[in-house]
Amino acid sequence: MEKGIIGTVQEEEVMGEKGMGGEPLIKLDNVTKVYPLLSGDVVALSHVSLDIYEGDFIAIMGPSGSGKSTLLNQLGCLDVPTSGDLFIMGNNTKEMSDDDLSELRRDSIGFIFQTFNLINLLKAYENVEYPLILKRQVDHSKQRAEEVLHLLGIDDTLMIHTPRQLSGGQQQRVAIARALINDPKILLCDEPTGNLDSTTGIQIMDILSGLNKQGRTVIMVTHDSRIAGYANHTINMIDGRIV
Amino acid sequence: MAGSHIFFDLSVRNVRLNFLRSLLASLGIVIGVVAISAMGMLGANMQLILTARLSQNVNIVSVSPISGGEFGGGSVSSTNNYISDIQVQQIKQVVGHNIVIPLHTGSDTIMIGSNKGRASIIGIDPSDVSYLVTVAEGTDLSGTTGALVGATLANDSNLNLGSRIKIGSNEVPVMVVGILNATGFGTGLNADRAILVPDHWYTSIYGNNGEYNTVNVIVNNINDLSSIRDAIDKRLNRNTNVVRISDPTSMLQNIQQSLGTMTSFLTMLGGISLLVAAVSIFNVMMMSVSERIREIGILRSIGTKKGEVRRMFLYEAFILGAVGAGIGGLLSFIIGYLVVGLLIGNITYFFMPQSLVYLPYGMAIGIIICVLAGIYPAWKASNLNPIEALRHE
Repeated sequence: MEKGIIGTVQEEEVMGEKGMGGEPLIKLDNVTKVYPLLSGDVVALSHVSLDIYEGDFIAIMGPSGSGKSTLLNQLGCLDVPTSGDLFIMGNNTKEMSDDDLSELRRDSIGFIFQTFNLINLLKAYENVEYPLILKRQVDHSKQRAEEVLHLLGIDDTLMIHTPRQLSGGQQQRVAIARALINDPKILLCDEPTGNLDSTTGIQIMDILSGLNKQGRTVIMVTHDSRIAGYANHTINMIDGRIV
Repeated sequence: MAGSHIFFDLSVRNVRLNFLRSLLASLGIVIGVVAISAMGMLGANMQLILTARLSQNVNIVSVSPISGGEFGGGSVSSTNNYISDIQVQQIKQVVGHNIVIPLHTGSDTIMIGSNKGRASIIGIDPSDVSYLVTVAEGTDLSGTTGALVGATLANDSNLNLGSRIKIGSNEVPVMVVGILNATGFGTGLNADRAILVPDHWYTSIYGNNGEYNTVNVIVNNINDLSSIRDAIDKRLNRNTNVVRISDPTSMLQNIQQSLGTMTSFLTMLGGISLLVAAVSIFNVMMMSVSERIREIGILRSIGTKKGEVRRMFLYEAFILGAVGAGIGGLLSFIIGYLVVGLLIGNITYFFMPQSLVYLPYGMAIGIIICVLAGIYPAWKASNLNPIEALRHE
């Protein structure tokens, strides 16, 4: 057993459960996403089928407009497929209500964005505390948020600042803390180092890699092949298809 | 962050962040609440004061024989129908502690100097005079054989204290011992053109001892008018209708209704300003949604439900309304007091519940209008596409 950033996980789960014949954590079955526009329908994802297992670290690569972000949005339950089925932990997202999808995002999925996407009205620790409060876990929520922030290198002085008062790297650490506070199984990262200098980018990737080693499934969109090197699987996309 | 009040907390922070804009929006609500409350209080105070003034004169139930001669109902000697002593006793039985005043009424010729005319002659127990009329000059009828004259008759005929009037064909002289104030409203005793004489004097001239033309019941509580009228009707008109009973309830109701309509109209005028304020709140809320699209996207991406986003914006509208209504309520109290004092000149009824009720009324309308104005922006915010919201710059 190893003490992770959040909770404790099995060391041997690094390879995921694929080799052990487990059910996929995420399953895409012939998923197509079409955006109807006045100028004509845009097919953002075309017949994508994919199994992702618990403990996987997947990098999604491809040129702009290839459907990477659309795929990540589908995986994050921010959108539902036009056709085909997407199962997350056995639940078909097409059959879930908007509130159910919100709860799934809140409880099981952590988002890490290129632009950090912290709420500027809230202080750093409050941003981290927010998902706990959404879950009505208000007892010791501040203490929990502080613990996670400490583990990610944000000290007491920094955590009472608003996001605008923090550097990019610090903001991304806060964003990671927020993503982790509800102990999600899945971490979705959209260009997590895109707005950071290379040194800070490496630090962030080390954190993500560590989280994966503790058993979390990490799915990351990136343009950078060096960053993709942290993943144990790489998916390349072109024109909405996996190639 | 205060637990499950996170959405309220976020709304408060956003209001603080845009303090000036929020304050200006709330100012509209302040004006609206002041307009509604102050106008309402003004109308209510007018209603209360007028009702009180009218009630001094209109708390009389008048009972008369169905074919009898009330005021000016023919010459005294020709009246055959009357209310008997027994009926007066029956009336006293059913009206309880309220005062019963039997009256002899009629009209006769009068001579003032060399001028001849006609006037109402009212015979009354001297001890009852003060219940029905007030003496402006002179004394009442107690211990005298003189007469009191109505304000109009005294003015038109140049009657003064000590003037002599000759009454009837026998020209029985009587001296004016008092001149009455104008009686104005009321069905009980219209004495402005009448001569009031002691009842024993009246019966000594006209006879009719124990036979009255009118019985007035002075009702202590104006709200009992209807029940007392009904009780007399039930007692005296049991088999056939022998007496006519009139009370000023309907007149009072009409006046109150008119004043109520005026109060509503004044309040509606105030309401218009509140509607203008609602447009301002709506505008501010729409701006708030537009400025926070990305934040809404973030909140949705980390698991905030549509209903929770809606609640956050409705809280914001509520805060604007509550702040506006709070300040407005305070100012309404001060301005209402000044307006009532200056325009009506009487603040006796300002602290009555019927007047002060317009404060919470105006405040509640202010808050409700704000929340209503926030519904569409809140709905719009909650239905934003999370992906598009996250991409919003």
